[in-house]
Order: sequence, then structure tokens, then C-alpha cells
Amino acid sequence: MAQLLQHLINGLAAGTIYALVALGYTMVYGVLKLINFAHGDVMMVGVYMGYATAFAIGREARGSFLGIAAVFAVAMLGCALFGFLIERFAYRPLREKPRLTALITAIGISFALSYGFQLDIGFLPGASPRAFPEIIEPTEWLIIGDRDVVVWNWQVISFLIAVGLMVGLQYLVFGTRFGRAMRAVSWDHRVAALMGIPTDRVIALTFMLSSGLAAGAGLLYAIKDTSVSPLMGLYVGLKAFVAAVIGGIGHVPGAVVGALVLGLVEEFVVGYAASTWRDAVAFGFLILVLLVKPGGLFGRVAAEKV
Amino acid sequence: MQSPALPVPEAPSLVPPALRGILPLLIAIPTLALFHWSLTGSDFATYLLSVVGVNIILAVSLNIVNGMTGQFSIGHAGFMAVGAYIAGYTSLQLKEVALSFLPVSASDQVLFMLALLVGGVAAALCGFLVGLPSLRLRGDYLAIVTLGFGEIIRVFVQNTDAFGRALGLSGIPQYSSPGMVFFWVFLVVLAARRLAGSSHGRSLWAIREDEVAAEAMGVDTTGYKVRAFVFSSFFAGIAGGLFAHFVPIINPGSFTFVRSMEIVVMVVLGGLGSTTGAVVAAIFLTLLPEGMRSLFGALGTEGSLAQRVDQIRMPIYGLLLVVLMLSRPQGLFGTKELWDVLPRWLPRKRRGLA
Repeated sequence: MAQLLQHLINGLAAGTIYALVALGYTMVYGVLKLINFAHGDVMMVGVYMGYATAFAIGREARGSFLGIAAVFAVAMLGCALFGFLIERFAYRPLREKPRLTALITAIGISFALSYGFQLDIGFLPGASPRAFPEIIEPTEWLIIGDRDVVVWNWQVISFLIAVGLMVGLQYLVFGTRFGRAMRAVSWDHRVAALMGIPTDRVIALTFMLSSGLAAGAGLLYAIKDTSVSPLMGLYVGLKAFVAAVIGGIGHVPGAVVGALVLGLVEEFVVGYAASTWRDAVAFGFLILVLLVKPGGLFGRVAAEKV
Repeated sequence: MQSPALPVPEAPSLVPPALRGILPLLIAIPTLALFHWSLTGSDFATYLLSVVGVNIILAVSLNIVNGMTGQFSIGHAGFMAVGAYIAGYTSLQLKEVALSFLPVSASDQVLFMLALLVGGVAAALCGFLVGLPSLRLRGDYLAIVTLGFGEIIRVFVQNTDAFGRALGLSGIPQYSSPGMVFFWVFLVVLAARRLAGSSHGRSLWAIREDEVAAEAMGVDTTGYKVRAFVFSSFFAGIAGGLFAHFVPIINPGSFTFVRSMEIVVMVVLGGLGSTTGAVVAAIFLTLLPEGMRSLFGALGTEGSLAQRVDQIRMPIYGLLLVVLMLSRPQGLFGTKELWDVLPRWLPRKRRGLA
């Protein structure tokens, strides 16, 4: 029983992080109908920005509230800018081209980033994983019984940050003018443009938003894993993508539910079955969901109109 | 990738009709023989040629799914792994077996062929399984499913004792020769070209151009997509089987996402839908790193640079995809074949002179 509870907590903690990344996939898919394959790698770049900041501000400042805020702010803003650049120079020129073109571009960017960062030329960090500075000192926040169930402080903090960001996002999408514009673009970007919505700006802002969220999620993941490596984006990104598809891609609450489900499934398989199968779980689950309910849990399969 | 008129590839018409059926054989057999004889001796040339051949098979077979059918598979290395492991395992089991009515070397080759076919069929079976979700999935979802399949295969192999887990299989008899590899290169190119011109192939082109329209015209899109997958993965499995029989050891590290991406880059560079484009790009992208490595090696001083080639190659492939999509999304040849591009220069020049 205690073991079950522990797995539940770990699964939820992992799930909230996946959820933040999955939201990025879902938002971009919503406005552009593009699977932003490079999303995970943009996240990785953001984590390295946070890593550099944490070192720049020094060991003492790192642990303080302001220090943590600075690390998150630099990573999220830097990453938003990076996402904007990618959208502006790689995706925007291809917007009216067939969708496959944009997908190949996204795969290319993903590949260039995750393997480019493995070089050790100039500022690039090299292939080996690095220890991520402990900007949040890990302490046990709650202990039940004789260490049967342990809840770590970073689990609580990352859960709170993740939930806070999600609530903020929900408000942004459904409660503001910008959110309305975003939903209009997602409905039909040509008609939205005719109605006077600056579609280019909305799409660019959506990209910045999703990249910023990804950077935040990436930092939480790095804190959890206490390491950062160029390939982390590929794996976290793919799992988050799987989560978004499970929830029904393009559906904001769906992405969150999908991510929590995936986090739990992964944790339970690792905990009760075999830990070496971890990387196969997400994909097996994905294929299963797509076969049974191809639109995801909440999505609808819309007939393609001509 | 849409184009205004549907480019339906035709067989080259220079050849008299009576010869057309057997012409590929007439060209291929002497060439293969020449290859086989000229290469006994140099280990490196043998190895390099085999690698080139295997990459050609992979690129041409992937082109059937990614080019002709317009789907986007990024898990081709997974099928290659299935073929490599199954064929390698079969060969290992049959190592002591010899067919008594044949001389030893011939018996080996027969068993090798058998192992290859077993590997190919196993990969085709996996292709069928992966193709099935395409019943309901459009391009980008399918891409992820193929990627996931590749990862699942890798994890499966890493957890299976019979396949040597992370250490891989070693001691597979080295039956392969460039002659054998290029025999299969010839088969896959022939099959792909024949497919492209057949009514089956036209259905694939139709799916590529517009799936909804194709379905409206009565094309059984699901059936054709699944068959394209089966066909393509069969040859990927063969390529894997060949690979397993000339490298000293196969391990899960040889069949990662990186390998799949390499093949995708070859197909995209050659032109999605161009068989000869895939061949040319496969040769180019296999020899280029080798060439650069020996160039840097010859320059001497920067020893590390020669070793770096493999590292630098990957980000460059990624950038290459981006640059290609932005500047020339149809790749080198588009859907045209080499002979559609080359001879046109000649007649024009002649006309100009006359």
C-alpha cells in the first residue's frame, strides 16, 4: 500500500513536468497544425541557459529565492526568444507549403540542436551529461511511517510551479483577448486574418509561450534528475509528445491529463515490472492508444475536408 | 509535396521493347561479376563498398514509403535491426550445418540466402504491424509511430538474452561479399522502378499527391499504405541481414534513431520519390565522411579532426534538412530519375548547334 502511494506520488511529479512540455506541443499544433519536433530540444537549450545562469550568479545566490527566480527567468525568456527565432526563420517561410515540409524542417532542427550541443567547440557543452547545480536543496518534505512514503520538497515545488503555470495558461487562452485570437487562428487562420487578427504575431507569441513553458519544465526536470545532457530534450520531448497525443493533440486540458496518465503508467511499469523497459513504455502506450482511440482521449477525429 | 502535374515515371524508351524485360539482368550480371573479381584483396574497399550497398538498399526501400507513398517513416533502422538480428541469429544457429550435396562455399551461400530471407520476412512482418496503425493515422502521427517502433525494437533487443542484450551478437559467419550486396541493390532498384511504373505504384503516387482524392477515386489507401510498408521493410530487413554478415559485431547501438535519420537525409536529399536520387544520395553521403576522414588523416597534424568527422556529421545532417526544405524542398531530383535529368542537356545542345 505504502509502495503504491509512493509510486503514485512519483508518477504525478513526473507527470506534471511532462504536462508543461506537452502543453507546448498542443498549443503549437493548435495554431499551426505542426508537430514541433524540435520542442524538446528547445527545452534542452533552455535548460543549458539556466545552467549557465546558475553558475554565473555563484553558489551563494543560487539557493536564495531571488537566485532561483533569476535562473528560471533567464532560461524562460531566453528560450522564448530562441523559439521566436526558430519560428521566424525556419517555420514561417514554409507556412503555405505542404505540411510534410515543415515536419521535415522540425526534425532537422531537432537533430541539429541535439547533436550540435554534443560538440565541444566554442560555447557548446559537449556530449557528456553534467551535474545540474542544486538550486533547490533536496529535503524530505513529508515522511509517512518508517520512510514508507517520502515526498521530496522539489516534488512539491515542481508540482506547485507546474499547476501555477497551467492555471495561468488556462486563463490566458480562455480569458484574454490574446487567447481569443489564438483560438481563432487555431480554428482557421485565413479567416482569422480577414477578421483583422495579426496571425503572424499570434503564432510567434504562441511559439514564445510554448518555448518558455518548456524551459521552465526542463529546469524542473533537471532539478529532479540533477543532471543536464544534450539528449535530454529528445527523450523528454518525445514522451511529452506522446502525452499530448494521448490527451488528444490540440486539446489543452487533454495534454495535462495525458501527461499525468503517462507519468503514472511509466512509474508503475518501472516500479512493478522492469526498469530497463522504461523507454519502450511510452511508445507502446502511444501505439495502443492510437489503435484504440486514434483521436486521443479527448480529441475528435475530424474528417478532412477538401 | 505537391506538384502541378502528377509525374508518372516511365521506363526509359531508348531500349528496344524486346530487350526491356531482361535488360536489367544483362547489365547487372557482368557488373556484379566485375565487382566481385576486382575486389578480392582489399579489405577496406570491400567493407566500404558493402556499406555503400547496404545504404543504397536502405535509402531506396525507404523511398518507397517516404517518397512514393508520401508517408513519413523515421524508424527505418528498426526494420534493419529486425533483419540483422533475425538473420544473424539464424546464421549462428546454422553455423554447423552444411548441405552435403554442395561444395562448402556454395552451401554457405545457400544458407546465407536463407538467413537473409528469414530476416527480410521477419522485418516485413514488423512492417505489417507498423503499417496497420496507418489505417487511421495521417502522416505526422505515423512518423511518431515508426520512431516509437524503432525505439521499442532497440529496447526489446537490449532486454533479450538470445540477442546478447547490450553486448550484441558476435561471431556471425562473414558470408557477405560486395557481389552479394550489390545483387540485392540491383533487386531493390529493379523492384522499386517496376513498382513506380506499375498500376500498384500509380496508386501509391495518388496517395502521395492527395490521400482524400485518391480514396474518392476508389484507391484502397489503407491497403496500399500497408503494402508499401511491408515491401519497404522487407528490403530494410535484407539490408540489415547483409550488414550483420560483414561487420564483426552487431549491437543495439548500430540501429538507433541516428541511423534512421541518416537514411531519411539520404532520401530527402536525393528527392522524395526518386529511386536513382536515393541511390546517388546514398553513395554521396556514405563516401563523403570517409573522404573527409581520409583527407583530414592525410593532412596529418589535426588527428582529432579526422575523428571528429562522425560527430560533426550529425548536426550537419540536421541543418542540411532545414536548408533543403527552405531552398529546395524537392531535393536533388524531385520525383525525376537520373536519366530524366541527364540526357536532356545533350539534345538541347545539339539543337543549339544545328
